[in-house]
Amino acid sequence: MKGGIGRTASLEIRTPEGVVFSQPLASPVTRFLAYGVDLVIISLMQATLREGLQLMVVISEDIAVAVQIALFFVLSIGYPILLEWLWSGQTVGKRVVGLRVIDEGGLGLKGTQIVVRNLMRAVDAIPAFYFVGGLACLLSKRSQRLGDLAAGTLVVRSPRSRAPRIQDLLGRMYYNCFREHPHLEARLRQRVSPEEGQMVMHALARRDDFEPEERVRLFGEMADYFREMVTFPPEDLAGMTDEQYLRNVADTVFRGRG
Amino acid sequence: MILDLDQFVRREQGFWKELESFLGKFEGRSDTRFTLEDARRFHYLFQRTSSDLAKIQTFSAEPELKRYLETLVARSYPHVHEERGRRRGSFAGWFASTFPRAFRRHYKAFWLAILTALVGSAFGTFVVLADPDSKHVLLPFSHLLGDPSERVAEEEKRAADPEERADQGGRRGTFSAYLMQNNIRVSITALALGLTYGVGTFIVMFYNGTILGAVFADYIHAGESEFLFAWLLPHGVIELPAIFIAAQAGLVLGRAMLGWGTNVPLRGRLRRVRPDLVTLILGASILLVWAGLVESFLSQHHEPVIPYSVKIAFGLVELVLLVIYLAWCGRHEKREESRG
Repeated sequence: MKGGIGRTASLEIRTPEGVVFSQPLASPVTRFLAYGVDLVIISLMQATLREGLQLMVVISEDIAVAVQIALFFVLSIGYPILLEWLWSGQTVGKRVVGLRVIDEGGLGLKGTQIVVRNLMRAVDAIPAFYFVGGLACLLSKRSQRLGDLAAGTLVVRSPRSRAPRIQDLLGRMYYNCFREHPHLEARLRQRVSPEEGQMVMHALARRDDFEPEERVRLFGEMADYFREMVTFPPEDLAGMTDEQYLRNVADTVFRGRG
Repeated sequence: MILDLDQFVRREQGFWKELESFLGKFEGRSDTRFTLEDARRFHYLFQRTSSDLAKIQTFSAEPELKRYLETLVARSYPHVHEERGRRRGSFAGWFASTFPRAFRRHYKAFWLAILTALVGSAFGTFVVLADPDSKHVLLPFSHLLGDPSERVAEEEKRAADPEERADQGGRRGTFSAYLMQNNIRVSITALALGLTYGVGTFIVMFYNGTILGAVFADYIHAGESEFLFAWLLPHGVIELPAIFIAAQAGLVLGRAMLGWGTNVPLRGRLRRVRPDLVTLILGASILLVWAGLVESFLSQHHEPVIPYSVKIAFGLVELVLLVIYLAWCGRHEKREESRG
């Protein structure tokens, strides 16, 4: 687990295979948004039920009202329990916002965990608008409300990320004079960190978004930074613009050894 | 060394997509079952993707791809590494054995909840006898604020009037549903307040005991004991134990929070008591549904419609059955387990 005040914490899990993966924890605000969506859904379902039960009034008003009270109660308690159980830790609200409830060890949710975390809302919702739960979330290292603590659960962000399509950008690459010096390329690959490589890709992809002067200044600063990492023969760099230099860096880093 | 990312993605993408389609099936239905071949393939895909993630973490320059693979591995991980088996059983088996056994496992917490309520009721009795006007502060229900003898006379007069009876009969279902959901809500609160190290549960029990003590003192003092027992016993013998069971669950939770007499860390203690908490609160809720039905359809009928003696006898029979159920049901299985 890593995290701290002012940045989003994440749960880090090391699998028995030795692979480490992290799960970004949901902030109280996003959780409240998901809860808001669920509240709207519950209200809509209750309104639909009320309309449907109007038909029953013909038979008996007493039974219609009794069924309504019972169903409203079952719906308010049962909605999150049933959906989190059926959809592996998600309700409609959590799906919309991209959140998921997981076991604090990264394992699957048990039915008892789902029931306990939802029944504990009785305390988390005190005195109103989940004040206690929200406060617990803010103070807890792992953004847990009291119900999560009792149930041993965490709420994580679960975005449906896709494999990135970097081929488009790489496909536009041209002749790279760095390829004439494989040993220097290897050194560059070794020294460029993932974040630095990513920064170059983003800067090149968004080149048209920059003001021309700013682009020249930015690419100049970036090219200088990478020039200091590895020194290529000056004769190969003659007449090369900063942007071309960065394209060569990106090509070397992302294309690998061609 | 940095991977040839383009080639790497092209080579592995098929496996990632296949793993994703497996996960879609798993996450769509919680009870999905796979053949042995499917399980083997899923395990292979998980290992392959984990290995891709390991490569990416060490060599790559692509945070987006890393996040994508992390999501895949994180989603697959519980399906591969979950050791805790799913217990499947019938509701009848649960009701006949699991619930009473969970109750007996934590019987001390149950008695503690009763004791707290008794202390509360002693306080309520004392306050009402010492200062009858304090009823207005203690009792939350308007029909209990008046003179007990006047209420008894009024209820009996209403019971004798066929029109009044028909009118009341037309509201029984609503009243019953209201009672059920209100009592279940109180029970859930008593359980959840266990999170306050049990303090909140004690307060709820003490408060409920105070109200009960005040009502008892008020009616007995007015010489209306028969009406009182006939009114409260049919539903009270189930409703009160049910609320005590919910409080018992709250106190079990409170004890797990405190961690008295054990070196097990908080998470472990909570994990251990969790199934019993759910069993107890579910059992209490079922008892409260029964109590709600009895309260609405039997307790509110007074003499001359139903003689008080019949109502009292009904309550006592219920109590005996409840004691037998909670004290004996499921004992046989425990012996078999210990032999096994």
